[in-house]
Amino acid sequence: MSAIAALLAPLQPLAVLRPWPRYEVDAATWEAIGRALGAGDGALMALWAEPGTVHLAVRAADLRNPAVVSLAAANNAFPSIGQYHPPALRPERAIRDLTGLTPIGIPDDRPWLDHGAWDAAAPLAPPSLTLPRERGRDGRGQSARDPADYAFLPVHGHGLHQIPVGPVHAGIIEPGHFRFTANGETVARLEQRLGYVHKGIESLLIGVGFDHAGRVVARASGDETVALSIAYARAVEAALGIDVPLRAHVLRGVMAELERIANHVGDVGAICNDAAFALLHAHCGLIRERVLAACDAAFGHRLMMDRVVPGGVTHDLTNDARELLFAMLDDALARFADVVRVYDETPSLQDRTCLTGIVSNELVTQWAAGGFVGRGSGRAFDARRDLAYVPYFGMDFAVPTFAAGDVNARVWVRIREVEESARLLRHWLWSTAEGPLRAEVPAIDAVREGVAVAEAFRGDVFVWVRLAAGRVERAHVRDASVFQWPLLEAAIEGNIVADFPLCNKSFNCSYSGHDQ
Amino acid sequence: MRTLLLKSLFSGPATTAAPGLGADALEELGRTLQARAGKLFGRSLSIREVDAGSCNGCELEIHALNNPVYDVERFGLRFVASPRHADVLLVTGPVTRNMRVALERTYAAAPEPKWVVAVGDCGCGCGVFEGSYAVIGGVDKVLPVDLHIPGCPPRPAALLQGLITLLDRVATR
Ligand code: SF4
Repeated sequence: MSAIAALLAPLQPLAVLRPWPRYEVDAATWEAIGRALGAGDGALMALWAEPGTVHLAVRAADLRNPAVVSLAAANNAFPSIGQYHPPALRPERAIRDLTGLTPIGIPDDRPWLDHGAWDAAAPLAPPSLTLPRERGRDGRGQSARDPADYAFLPVHGHGLHQIPVGPVHAGIIEPGHFRFTANGETVARLEQRLGYVHKGIESLLIGVGFDHAGRVVARASGDETVALSIAYARAVEAALGIDVPLRAHVLRGVMAELERIANHVGDVGAICNDAAFALLHAHCGLIRERVLAACDAAFGHRLMMDRVVPGGVTHDLTNDARELLFAMLDDALARFADVVRVYDETPSLQDRTCLTGIVSNELVTQWAAGGFVGRGSGRAFDARRDLAYVPYFGMDFAVPTFAAGDVNARVWVRIREVEESARLLRHWLWSTAEGPLRAEVPAIDAVREGVAVAEAFRGDVFVWVRLAAGRVERAHVRDASVFQWPLLEAAIEGNIVADFPLCNKSFNCSYSGHDQ
Repeated sequence: MRTLLLKSLFSGPATTAAPGLGADALEELGRTLQARAGKLFGRSLSIREVDAGSCNGCELEIHALNNPVYDVERFGLRFVASPRHADVLLVTGPVTRNMRVALERTYAAAPEPKWVVAVGDCGCGCGVFEGSYAVIGGVDKVLPVDLHIPGCPPRPAALLQGLITLLDRVATR
């Protein structure tokens, strides 16, 4: 039995959370779980906090379901998981910035999301703990820090120089800061500093109606809005015991796979563009545009925002729209096959993508990195299969996995996934079940909690909600990027600075999804 | 590769027809530009996009402006890498507190004459992020805005129309 399963076995789960068990543990068990994670005994799925309590979600091979583990933070502190298991470090730094709870023993106590620009430190803490900047204690939370003021880790060595990049980058991309330490052309070390687009999403999910909360979650990262809405809707549905009509499930699947195709195609083009191969970028841009135009025609929104809601979906698929999607798929897939052929037959392009930005299987396993980052380095995890949900449940589809861990492997994962998504889409478009689009959302006064994972194009997104009296009391959204960003620091090591855009695009982590 | 090149060569252009000038944009620019002395020399605009806190949905649609369907460059609109080269700052997102200084510095780095276009419901107001401790609000809370292009996110066609209308108003004739 895994150490984590052994630790949880004697405990009685709380009934409040569905569909996974949730356990309240003492500090010793919490720390033991941290040690077990550090020893590679399971995968950390999420780590978050609310005033007075820290939670983590964990998977282990011999646990039937993932589990949520909660610890009451005595004296507003808790034993750091990060001291044993590095993937927990950034989430713990975020917890301290937001809620003021102190991870005891954390080896990195620099702030993360708090750049010194908010009116008060620990904005999610109860009023007695929030520190207005003027009254800030112990140097933390002092007013008007220059946002550029951050203690980057020291790098020592002969002939090293630093290149600061961002937060405003040269392209049309999101803001974040990269500090390169290079030796000539070769990157010796990259350190990221994120948090620039932190919008306080958790604070906007306190005491609001289901629909409004859904609109906020859908905008945690716009490029994967459908997947985020699916995770949120499923968490609410689990909490309230809602049975979603089959037609709604299938339409959710249709939208999710359209979103995956649009993003994969667009990013394959953008990666080629970063290798100065503009021709494929133009073709991929055209394909992506056709996909989005079809999404618009079918569901009334190019990115299909706010179409998935608790209980079902808002838009039906007409027969005309179904025909249009079929035609679009035929056309898009044929065009994409041309693109793939050129990619595969152009050595000068592969010279840039092969053996560039390698991440090891050990790292993606330790970080439990989802999506093409994990699957490009041999971690065969896909929430659609491994935490299966309707309409994927029982469906036959491949989870393409490559071992090389380089930019090229991540490109191939995406190429193969486009083909698999098209197969799923054709199947569902043929067979769309008839029936209602949306089940009633019952009015339940009691406190209920729900949790769900959905597979976005970039990896698994996790949503936890606590509901009471028809409102969201509290929620947490964890984007796949949280466990992918740190691996980009490893991927670029030993590569040349000029290959960074290529590596970065092959990861395509979400800044907004991470910063929230 | 040769097949793809030949196909591309012989298939017709994928571009959409040019949109006309936008009525709303004309009206707003009539107001905002009155007080401004600056005129652009020539008929092109260099645009620097700044994400000041967006969810990245607006970026996806701004990106689409560069694809072969919208192809902004045919109108003399060009995205540039540095604010030093920019005539226009195209700003998305509710401005987060953590991005405020970077946005102000980007604006300061752009040479006069310069114009600011706020993009998306978030850039125009604050969108769904209204009321958070971490956001300041729409772009006009931080910079003088000449044109608002609302939408969540605005369609590429709306972005294109807004930018073309701006170009029409500020260019010397
Ligand atoms: S307007 Fe909509 S798409 Fe644009 S940043 Fe705001 S939420 Fe995202």
